[in-house]
Amino acid sequence: MTDVAILGVGMHPWGKWGRNFVDYGVAAAQAALADAGMEWRDIQFVSGADTIRNGYPGYVSGATFAQALGWQGAPVASSYAACASGATALNAARAQILAGLCDVALVVGADTTPKGFLAPTAGERRDDPDWLRFRLLGATNPAYFGLYARRRMELYGATPGDFARVKVKNARHGLTNPNARYRKEVTEDDVLGSPVVADPLHLLEICATSDGGAAVVIASTDFAKSRGTKAPARIAAISTVTPTYPNTVIEMPNFATDSSAGVKPPETTFRDSIAAKAYDEAGLGPDDLDVAEVYDLSTALELDWYENIGLCKAGEAEKLLNDGDTTLGGRIPVNTSGGLACFGEAVPAQALAQVCELTWQLRGEAGERQAEGAKVGLTINQGLFGHGSSVIVIR
Amino acid sequence: MAKTRVPAIDGWFTTGDEPALVGSRGTETGSYFFPKSVAFSRNPTAPAEKLEEVALGRRGRIWSFTTNYYPPPEPYVAPDPFVPYTIVAVELPEEQMVVLGQLAEGADPAALKVGAEVELVLGTLYEDDEHEYEVWKWRPV
Repeated sequence: MTDVAILGVGMHPWGKWGRNFVDYGVAAAQAALADAGMEWRDIQFVSGADTIRNGYPGYVSGATFAQALGWQGAPVASSYAACASGATALNAARAQILAGLCDVALVVGADTTPKGFLAPTAGERRDDPDWLRFRLLGATNPAYFGLYARRRMELYGATPGDFARVKVKNARHGLTNPNARYRKEVTEDDVLGSPVVADPLHLLEICATSDGGAAVVIASTDFAKSRGTKAPARIAAISTVTPTYPNTVIEMPNFATDSSAGVKPPETTFRDSIAAKAYDEAGLGPDDLDVAEVYDLSTALELDWYENIGLCKAGEAEKLLNDGDTTLGGRIPVNTSGGLACFGEAVPAQALAQVCELTWQLRGEAGERQAEGAKVGLTINQGLFGHGSSVIVIR
Repeated sequence: MAKTRVPAIDGWFTTGDEPALVGSRGTETGSYFFPKSVAFSRNPTAPAEKLEEVALGRRGRIWSFTTNYYPPPEPYVAPDPFVPYTIVAVELPEEQMVVLGQLAEGADPAALKVGAEVELVLGTLYEDDEHEYEVWKWRPV
């Protein structure tokens, strides 16, 4: 039994609030603690997902949140894995619980982001590939998204309309989500009429950067039982895999892929392997899913994820979308929260926000965006430089 | 007076009539690396293999491409007014790897096709009062 119980979840709404990231993290932590019916002083381990944008307190986020909540002596960890930081922090806490080192832990991630493109760390950094890709290529994150989207069009005949309809769906899903930043319906024409950022992708197809915070309280199943928690949502798997050499898909922030000249590529691509590891750990498969939260950094990437998590075969994601299978009310609703399309990215909080949404869905507390009878959900995400992130939540 | 042309980064490419990217190759496995790896092989099947510096193939086929219409943040040195630029991902047949680069000046992004052949040339990345800083670019054949 490797399950851990989710006792509480909480978020600070996403937006462009301009305050210190610690404010959002503390608000989310307090919300998660209240949801769990727990006092902060009873938390036995605190795990922070780091933000590198917010200076030293961001690099030691676990301690930063512990100090802000009021020192109470709990052991601490801080994790950085770019967009996957939340899953890595969650996994650090889960390992403590499964090893029997603690019973209950708090996991927190929060970010304050500047306007516009995410940029590398400042200064003259000629040994940093993340700095060099901007300097020598102007390879922004959306540029990589544009490369993937064009490739999809070439391989599978995807159209700009297909991509735009991902945004239309997600905008509709997030309309009534109180934590979403953008709560406005958009049409396919709105999307295709917005300025092109990295062709074929338009402004409304690329996720914004946001301020926000998310937190999760997890505990051993015995601890949950001893407190009388009835049928909590449980984490059945966390995958934080790295690629297997050679990784043949160009990834941020790299200039080149690995070479297949010396070693054959693995049968499973990196992105396929992320969910595969989670399914394996949970003893479940794609057919078991009722809901999924996928990392829609761009509209086209959401379609890639459908295939990477096994909802359909390669090249069939457009059909799945256009048949309404991934829309609320469909066979497997994807991004019921509204996804990054409605949130924008608050990097260290995002993987935790995905877990919050699944928890609400599985408890039947998602209000107008509820997927009826959801019992099994999966999150998928990937952090810059080779960080897999997938969490399976069951109830 | 003409500006002096200098590489925007040292040791990543050769200059001259037939410029090429400088990578490395594992002497046991034949795996290629770019940018070049010097101290260690990233191929886990032969972690102790020696690496030799090699010029990568100058021709490949387009894997994908995209044009950026918004000025990127620093350290990219964007001209004022901003000029959109295209990034091309190119599959090298011998090395069996994909390498990024900007599209060469004067090439029409609208004419690009996935699978089309391109070759490596040098072009200007940015300039100051005295220098033109060169970088590798891909040009349709």
